Amino acid sequence: MSEPVTPGSDQRQLIERDIDDYLARHADKEILRVLTCGSVDDGKSTLIGRLLHDSQLIHEDQLAAVERESRTGGSRAGELDLALVVDGLQAEREQGITIDVAYRYFSAARRKFIIADTPGHEQYTRNMATGASNCDAAIILIDATNGVLTQTRRHTFIARLLGIRHLIVAVNKMDLVEYDEATFAAIRGDYETFASRLRVEDLNFIPMSALHGDNVVERSTNMPWYRGASLMHLLENMHIAPGGGIDNFRMPVQRVSRPDASFRGYSGSVASGAVRPGDSVVVLPSGLATEVTRIVTMDGDLEEASAPMAVTLTLADQVDVGRGDILASPVNQPRVSDTIDATLVWMGEEPMAPGRQYIVKQGAKQVFGRVETLRDRVDVNTLEPLPASTLALNEIGRVRLVLAEPVPYDAYEDSRATGSFIVIDRLSNITVGAGMIQAPGGQATHSHWDETPHGALTATGSAVTAEEKSQRLGQTPVTVLFTGLSKSGKTVIAQAVERKLFDEGRLATVIDGQNFRLGLSRDLGFSAEDRSENVRRAAESARQINDAGLICLTAFVVPLDSVRERARAVVGRERFLEVFLTAPIEELKRRDESGLFEAAERGEIPSFPGVSSEFEEPASPDLVLDTVSLGVEDCALRVMELLRQGGFIH
Amino acid sequence: MTHIEQLEAESIHIIREVAAEFENPVLLYSIGKDSTVLLHLAHKAFFPGRLPFPLLHVDTTWKFREMIAFRDRIAREHGLDLIVHTNTRGVADNVTPFTYDSRKYTDIMKTQALLAALDKHGFDAAFGGARRDEERSRAKERVYSIRDRNHRWDPRSQRPELWNLYNGNINRGEEVRVFPLSNWTEIDVWQYILAENIEIVPLYLAAERPVVEREGALIMVDDDRMPLDPGEVPEQRMVRFRTLGCYPLSGAIESTARTLPEVIQEMLLARYSERQGRLIDHDAASSMEQKKREGYF
Ligand SMILES: Nc1nc2c(ncn2[C@@H]2O[C@H](COP(=O)(O)OP(=O)(O)OP(=O)(O)O)[C@@H](O)[C@H]2O)c(=O)[nH]1
Ligand SMILES: [Mg+2]
Repeated sequence: MSEPVTPGSDQRQLIERDIDDYLARHADKEILRVLTCGSVDDGKSTLIGRLLHDSQLIHEDQLAAVERESRTGGSRAGELDLALVVDGLQAEREQGITIDVAYRYFSAARRKFIIADTPGHEQYTRNMATGASNCDAAIILIDATNGVLTQTRRHTFIARLLGIRHLIVAVNKMDLVEYDEATFAAIRGDYETFASRLRVEDLNFIPMSALHGDNVVERSTNMPWYRGASLMHLLENMHIAPGGGIDNFRMPVQRVSRPDASFRGYSGSVASGAVRPGDSVVVLPSGLATEVTRIVTMDGDLEEASAPMAVTLTLADQVDVGRGDILASPVNQPRVSDTIDATLVWMGEEPMAPGRQYIVKQGAKQVFGRVETLRDRVDVNTLEPLPASTLALNEIGRVRLVLAEPVPYDAYEDSRATGSFIVIDRLSNITVGAGMIQAPGGQATHSHWDETPHGALTATGSAVTAEEKSQRLGQTPVTVLFTGLSKSGKTVIAQAVERKLFDEGRLATVIDGQNFRLGLSRDLGFSAEDRSENVRRAAESARQINDAGLICLTAFVVPLDSVRERARAVVGRERFLEVFLTAPIEELKRRDESGLFEAAERGEIPSFPGVSSEFEEPASPDLVLDTVSLGVEDCALRVMELLRQGGFIH
Repeated sequence: MTHIEQLEAESIHIIREVAAEFENPVLLYSIGKDSTVLLHLAHKAFFPGRLPFPLLHVDTTWKFREMIAFRDRIAREHGLDLIVHTNTRGVADNVTPFTYDSRKYTDIMKTQALLAALDKHGFDAAFGGARRDEERSRAKERVYSIRDRNHRWDPRSQRPELWNLYNGNINRGEEVRVFPLSNWTEIDVWQYILAENIEIVPLYLAAERPVVEREGALIMVDDDRMPLDPGEVPEQRMVRFRTLGCYPLSGAIESTARTLPEVIQEMLLARYSERQGRLIDHDAASSMEQKKREGYF
């Protein structure tokens, strides 16, 4: 390992010799945003003070002020207290602790650093999360005399949650343990055990004394056993992998720019990917498609704009685009839904109230929303989910949020900019929560279908064979899916068939979508994902019912063909029949006494199949019944006929 | 993207967000280099449109003459909506840097004047050019700094500010000070001025100027209102200013830097920080925090 450079002196020579060259290099530096965190008094602020001091970046008048204050206050009883360089609030200097995030700036030969110094005190955990939200790397301090503490774990967890992929664990105050290698190794071992569950891609350990400067800028001569780089050297040289998220274009529209009748542009910051004139884009949530014509900036039109540039786009068509909409590439579009599954860090003094209306700001949009379900709370010590009825200050939980209108979004791990949101209290206007949207399938969503059961599980068969049951009941079990829009007659026809089967001495049962939602699927909403999950549960239940030897009649809307197909696969293709009930929409409205269709048309029910969300007609149903020309009795008879033809009843 | 481009994009994002979410924003224009950069970024944010908000200059009547000339010319050339506000009561009461100590003078002619102007026009958001690297308590302030009905800052109850999701929801009477340059450092500002070829007040560059020495600081004799001690004669010296404000309170530094790169070079090699030339900041360790609590920018 080569000797680390001292950026201060090195840079200084270049500045003296050739300022133009220095400026040219400086202009090309990249920004690295770093956070210091860890438990109270682990030495975070001291470390930053030391980093600035040893890099010769503290001006003489500032140092004089800190020296003066160290004599009267500070935590070192007269000695120079470098924490005072960053602890800028009066209350912080008086109490010798950090209360709020401080941002410090300095640059070295390759990089420009923005360092967020965050408080270690548990009471101020939300300020730590605030600091972490924009960082690429985190320095986690551990006091060598204390080892890994709860707060160390909590901060590591939050850093990971907020998407920080590079961690530097600084085992500090090595001077107090006689620079002992074994102490360092033990703490490192403890930390590794804990962190192994957090999938940290880049984990580094440095033994350090922030107070005396060991391994801060220069390698320490007190710890010859340590062969790694100094902190400064690591910060300058560590490889920062690019984003890791999606590279499809997205731009939330901040403002419509209409200076005069001849110009109409959409201003915003590119959140991910890139865009060029001529590219097709869709406007979300409306889904309208158009094309980008120009990328306008004061420095002239651009050939391409990429994240995080702030630009103004003009579009080929006069489509309706407003603040809060997202312009996105047609490939791999953001999801659009009024239901969001997310991890929520609660920051309000008052506990989170499930069901209460909050303001949710996501992208350039503010909408009302409420927490429909609090699934669990994370125990930061064990990382295990715990049951919870609320989230108190600084607690973290997994929630399902229901918004007043559908919004376009991505998963946080795919895109920080379109996958994050804040929660604002309606009365006090305070920011009370920060959320990271989970990838669909993270919870009860569409891809529960795809989840692999735990490897240790095996299926057991029944003690009674299918033939025995079939003989006893005189039927071959089958599942009939009655699919169609609301009011198409699914439930009544299924019930009529049940009656007929029973009267013939057979045994059948009806599973009805609404009944299901009153019980087993009580936790689900009406978004596309939730509808899909509801069908998955119904399909699993139908399979059980069929395995018991019974005929299962299911009455569910199932708006998507892909979902019907998956249900068929779960139940078994040889014992699944699809019956599609049709009627013109006017007829359905006429049957609708509760006014659901009208409410949906007024935009009050966001995902109502056939009106405000899609209904795909089945591609290959086993039977189509026109419920206008056929009465319930006729329909039931035709289904009986279908069952007979299929050999399910004789 | 270089770091300057990233900073530029971040600032434009903030400026647009404010224009979209607030009813009546204003840009506080102090004529200094930071406000000049802020104004330039605002032009970029709304191009090809015009600025959707006015500029406000709080004029103490003691600014350098060159500053006022520069301000009026820039406003004319860009067709800006410029509001100039002066505490006329203070002027009538003869509140000057020579009749009151800097603390009291600043409070009456700057802070109180600013608050009166904000109230008069009912601004709900005010952009300022402050940077976090300027001073320790600034380093703690959010990009959106919420002020209560009395324009006070409460450092203990700042809202968490995550990602680029700014929370500008306020109740009637409250206001937000917005700092789009929060993450810029002094050298970033200079480098940007150089790269974008932005015009600045010439006082930032070294020239022969008439100065007198007062309490260890070099004060430029900008007009004949400056009372001279018996026998005191202004001297022509090569000087420039790192920050600009009221001329009797702005300390000049001796310098030969006549070009921007030379200024940057001197700045980088300097052993004293930028605010040192500003006489008003020395009163007490936490004077800036205190002033901000009282409504100062
Ligand atoms: N002996 C020794 N003391 C240290 C070292 N680093 C920090 N300290 C002392 O530990 C105390 C706390 O330091 P701070 O830098 O304020 O700690 P912090 O982590 O910023 O604390 P909070 O921000 O309040 O959580 C001070 O008295 C420091 O001087 C070190 O390497 N060795
Ligand atoms: Mg601290």
